[in-house]
Amino acid sequence: MRRRTTLEAESRWLPYVLLAPVAVCELLVHVLPMLLGLVLSLHKIDQYTLRNWTGAPANGLDNYRRALGPGAPIGADLWTAVGVTLAFTVLVVGLSCAIGLFAAVMLSVPFRGREIVRVLFIVPFALPAFVTSLGWRFLFERDDGAVNHLLVDNLHLTAHRPFWLVGGHAFWAEVLVTVWRLWPFAFLMLTAALTTVPREQYEAAAINGARSWAQFRFVTLPTIRPLGLLVVAVLALWTFNEFTVPWVLFGAAPPASASLVSTLVYREAFGTLDVGVAAATNVASAVILVLIGYLLVRARRRTAVVAR
Amino acid sequence: MIVGRGFVWLRRIGLTALALFVLVPLYAIAITSLVPTTDLDKPFSWWPDDLTLAAFGDMWSTIPLAHYLGNSLVVTICAVLLVLATAIPAGYALARMHFAGRRLLVGALIATQAVSGLLFLLPLVLLLGEASRRSGVTLIGSYPVLVVTAATFALPFSIALLGRYFAAMPADIEDAAHDLGAGPLVTLTKVVLPNARPGIAAVALFAFALSWGEVLFTSVLSDSGTRTVAVGLSGYAGQDAAIWNQLIAAALLTSLPLIAAFAVMRRSLVTGLGTAMGSGE
Repeated sequence: MRRRTTLEAESRWLPYVLLAPVAVCELLVHVLPMLLGLVLSLHKIDQYTLRNWTGAPANGLDNYRRALGPGAPIGADLWTAVGVTLAFTVLVVGLSCAIGLFAAVMLSVPFRGREIVRVLFIVPFALPAFVTSLGWRFLFERDDGAVNHLLVDNLHLTAHRPFWLVGGHAFWAEVLVTVWRLWPFAFLMLTAALTTVPREQYEAAAINGARSWAQFRFVTLPTIRPLGLLVVAVLALWTFNEFTVPWVLFGAAPPASASLVSTLVYREAFGTLDVGVAAATNVASAVILVLIGYLLVRARRRTAVVAR
Repeated sequence: MIVGRGFVWLRRIGLTALALFVLVPLYAIAITSLVPTTDLDKPFSWWPDDLTLAAFGDMWSTIPLAHYLGNSLVVTICAVLLVLATAIPAGYALARMHFAGRRLLVGALIATQAVSGLLFLLPLVLLLGEASRRSGVTLIGSYPVLVVTAATFALPFSIALLGRYFAAMPADIEDAAHDLGAGPLVTLTKVVLPNARPGIAAVALFAFALSWGEVLFTSVLSDSGTRTVAVGLSGYAGQDAAIWNQLIAAALLTSLPLIAAFAVMRRSLVTGLGTAMGSGE
């Protein structure tokens, strides 16, 4: 016990020294800009006042009114984008986790060639997002792309070549590319999670007569559940804030069906240079995200209590 | 796990379907890089008549690819080193030491993950512009700014992972080292780090991947002298005159280091993640 106290007395200042470099980086790149973003959202900063933004006039909640008011031109786009982003997030996270879990479980039992399959399955995630998006953009071209070649010329599913990068289908193109890219992350994390399931539990279940499905349901799932929720949370954050995929697939102006909050903010900030409104939209979208996260955590607590 | 006949068939069918889902688009993308430039206007074919490696040679002169790759290497290597140099001590402090402000730090790290990068980018550009004006040092387009921003994005995840990894390691050896008179820093470098290789490898790989493919921040914060390959190729793709076989060839070449790193380090990645995630809660 004495040893413990000397260690603590000696290292009273040490934790702060060890944390200082991180604190400096976070402060410079994250905290200060985030605070400035809050300030910007309350000022009138557009292409005319941008060059001298430190002297821009305050305009109260005007930016929020313009960004969020359903009647305002930007507000209408924003609420559509919020709906699209939510649907996009739910689909991508759900599909990625389902595929990732399936693959992780199938590959948890050794067989010949398992290592090759495992490496192959990581490739889509190992590819940088811009490379994946560039490649898929080429495949999605209407007249000469591989997707339409497969659907129309090879499989004869439709007579007319659908557009994938404009119009309503763009949403599905965006979902497909993002799932293709992100499911290996769920696979990788859940593979790691499966290594933490104690072998004895399977044996005990087997002795009690549990077959594959019962083992999965009553041994595997409960053990990896907490880590599974972590994967869901990380994927949800990445997907909700996804930018590279729509930006490379569709360019600066994605079709309405595939416009996410992030692409909308980018357009306002770097296209129309409506910096104040962009900052307000940003703050609002962060608030929406935190709110959703809070509701989810609360709902989970409630179901956990009920289950107990 | 007991393996029944149903499981084996499900595995065969399921894994074949998934392998096709991964391989077919990869093949279709890769084959594009082998099509001669004169055939690019033709409809897509699974088996093109003529194949050539010319695009892999021509791309070097069409795009300043070597220049871009050099910039990416400089920024990424520095960013990975910076991440390791800062996240390892921070993770160790989180795992083993008590200090005031711990909850605040963890909360702030999580908060940065909840908001879109755009929220930081815009004010950051304005701040850097103002700082450059006042100090006379050009910051936007400089390597240090690119390195620090790239590293900072990898920090929250890296600290969380290393913190949990260190916490999962048995503390006995560290206590023994302390009893023998080793200070905390000696203990960290000589005792903890050699045993934490999988965790450190996982973090290094994560930071490498994040920095190598970063487009959003680098597109705004780099200039023609420091442009990375991710931004350079994305920008080139936006031009109407882009030559796609060369573009895809360059993109594939750019991805090779990452794919190789993931393939080689897959095992320690799973070990590192598994140890970090198995440490309870």
